[in-house]
Amino acid sequence: MEWINNLTPGQQFALFSLVKICVAVFAVVLPMVAYSVVAERRISAWIQDRVGPNRVGIPFTNIKLWGLGQPVADGVKFILKEDFTPAHVRKVYFWLAPAVAMVPALLTLAVIPFGSKLGSQQAVIANLNVGILYTFGIVSLGVYGIVLAGYASNSKYPFLGGIRSSAQMISYEIAMGMSVVPVFMLVGDLNLGKVISYQADGFTSWLIFKQPLAFVIFLIAAFAETNRLPFDLPESETELVGGYHTEYSSMKFALFFLGEYAAMIAVSAMMVVLFLGGWTLPFAGLNEPATSIWIGLLQVGIFIGKLLLFMGLFIWVRWMLPRFRYDQLMDLGWKRFVPLALANIVVTAVVLYFLNAK
Amino acid sequence: MAKVVKRPKLSLFERLYLPALWNGFKVTLRHFLSWKKSGVYEDKNKDNKFKATLNYPEELWTVPEGFRGAPYLVSDQDGATKCVSCQLCEFVCPPKAIRIIPPGEDGEEAHREGSEKMPKKFEIDMLRCIFCGYCEEVCPEEAIYLAKDYYAGYDENLMRRDYALTGQSRDEMIYDKEKLLEHGGVHNDRIKKWEKKQKDADAQETFPVEISPKSQ
Repeated sequence: MEWINNLTPGQQFALFSLVKICVAVFAVVLPMVAYSVVAERRISAWIQDRVGPNRVGIPFTNIKLWGLGQPVADGVKFILKEDFTPAHVRKVYFWLAPAVAMVPALLTLAVIPFGSKLGSQQAVIANLNVGILYTFGIVSLGVYGIVLAGYASNSKYPFLGGIRSSAQMISYEIAMGMSVVPVFMLVGDLNLGKVISYQADGFTSWLIFKQPLAFVIFLIAAFAETNRLPFDLPESETELVGGYHTEYSSMKFALFFLGEYAAMIAVSAMMVVLFLGGWTLPFAGLNEPATSIWIGLLQVGIFIGKLLLFMGLFIWVRWMLPRFRYDQLMDLGWKRFVPLALANIVVTAVVLYFLNAK
Repeated sequence: MAKVVKRPKLSLFERLYLPALWNGFKVTLRHFLSWKKSGVYEDKNKDNKFKATLNYPEELWTVPEGFRGAPYLVSDQDGATKCVSCQLCEFVCPPKAIRIIPPGEDGEEAHREGSEKMPKKFEIDMLRCIFCGYCEEVCPEEAIYLAKDYYAGYDENLMRRDYALTGQSRDEMIYDKEKLLEHGGVHNDRIKKWEKKQKDADAQETFPVEISPKSQ
C-alpha cells in the first residue's frame, strides 16, 4: 500500500471518493434496491395471507433460499424483454426520462454520512457544508423524470400522471423543506455530519423526540415525494393504468421501478440522519467516531439497520392505506402541513430565543 | 329512487385520520403475523403454513369425489385390454378427440379368449379432450375411465396427476394405446363376461341341446 501514500492529497481524495462511490452505490445501494423489491413482494403477500415469491434460488440447482434469487430472475427478465418504443412518443425525452428518474435518487446519497470513519477515511462520499440544501436541490430534480416521462409518452394516462406528480411533488417539497428548518435551528449547521454529532449524546437528544412534529411532516412528505401509497397518484394503477410509466417496457420501466425504491432508500437515509441520530447509538461508545475499522463497519451496520426500519415502514404502509383523492392530497399538503410546519418554525424560534436569553 | 347515503359525522379526533391509521396498522400486523394453517387442505398438507395457498408441486391437491380427470383405457385383472374397439366412444366424443382403428381382417388377435376384437390403434388427443365423460358413459365394456385418482392402491407420489396434463409438444399430448393403458391401470372385471361367453360357446358345441321334458 506504499503507492497510496505517495499520491498527492488531491489524487488520494479522488481515489477514495471513487472507491466509496463504487462500494456505496454498486455494492450496497443497488442490491438493497433489488432486495427491497423482494421484501415488498413478500411482506405484501404476508399481509394479504399469501405466500409471495418463494421459489427462485440458486440457478440450475434445487436450492430455493426462500426466494432470495428473485431479483436475479427479475433482472434477467427485464433485460430480455422487448424494449418497445411506441411510434407516437417524443423519442429523445422518452429515452431521457428513465435515467432522469433514477439518477437523482442515487445522487442524494452523496452527502449522507453512512458511518463515522472507515480507517482514515470519513464514511461519507462528499462532506458538504450545505448538505441538506444539496439534498433538496437534487430531490426536486426527481420530478423531472416523471414529468418528462408523462410528457414524452404523448398519451393521456402518462400525461395525467405527469401533471399530478409535478403538482404533488412541488407541493410536498415545500412542507418537507419547511419541516426541517427547526432541525437546523436547533443544530445550528447545515452539515449532515454536524446534525449527527448533535444527536450523539443520548436518546433524548435525537431530533425525533425533540422535533416530533417536524418528523411527522417530513415522514409524510417523504411518502408523497417518493410516490408511495397513500400518495401514489402519479402512478395510480387503477385510474391511470400505471400513470407516467404506462408506455414504458423492459429496462426503461425497470429504471422507473428501481428509481422509486432508490428514492425510498434516499429519503429513509435522510430521515435516519436528520431524526434518528444517523450511525450513532447512545451506548457502548457507539456514539463516538470509530477508532478501529470494525467499529466503523458496525456503525455502518447500525445506519443500515435504522434505514431498513424506515424501508419496512414504507412497505407496510403501502399495503395498509387506500390512495388519497387528489383534492385531499392537495388539502393535506397546503392547508395542513405548510401552516403546521410554519407554526413549528415560529414556536421553535420563540423557545430558542427564550432559552438563549437566559 | 335516489338513495341518500348518510355520511357519519366524524369527531375531530376521527377526522385527524389517526384512528384509521392506527386500525390499519393493527389489521395489517395481525394478518402479517397470522401463520394459521389452512382449514381447506389441513389433512393433506400438514406443512402448509399459509392460509389457503397450496405449494403445488410439493403439496398435492386432494381430488374430490366425482372429479373427471383425463380419460384412460383400463385393463382387467388378467392384464388384457378391455376395449373391443366398438368405436362408440369415438362416435360420441364431442370434440372428436378419440381416434380408434379396429384390427381389420388380418389384425392382431384379442388378448383374451372369446373376445373378437381389440383396437389396433387407440389415440386420445388430450389437447382436444374436454373431459366431458361421454366416453366413459357410453362404453359397453367399461374399458375407458376418466381418472378419479382415488381408487384402491392409488399412490399419489407414484401416479400421474390427471388435473395437470403437461407436455412439451403437440405430438406428446396425443396419447397412444400403450400410454393410455399404462396410465389407466387395472380395473377388476367382476362380471367376467368373456369367461361365460366361452362357456356358452363350449356348451353350444355339444349339440344337440338336451331339451327338458317340461317344455315339450
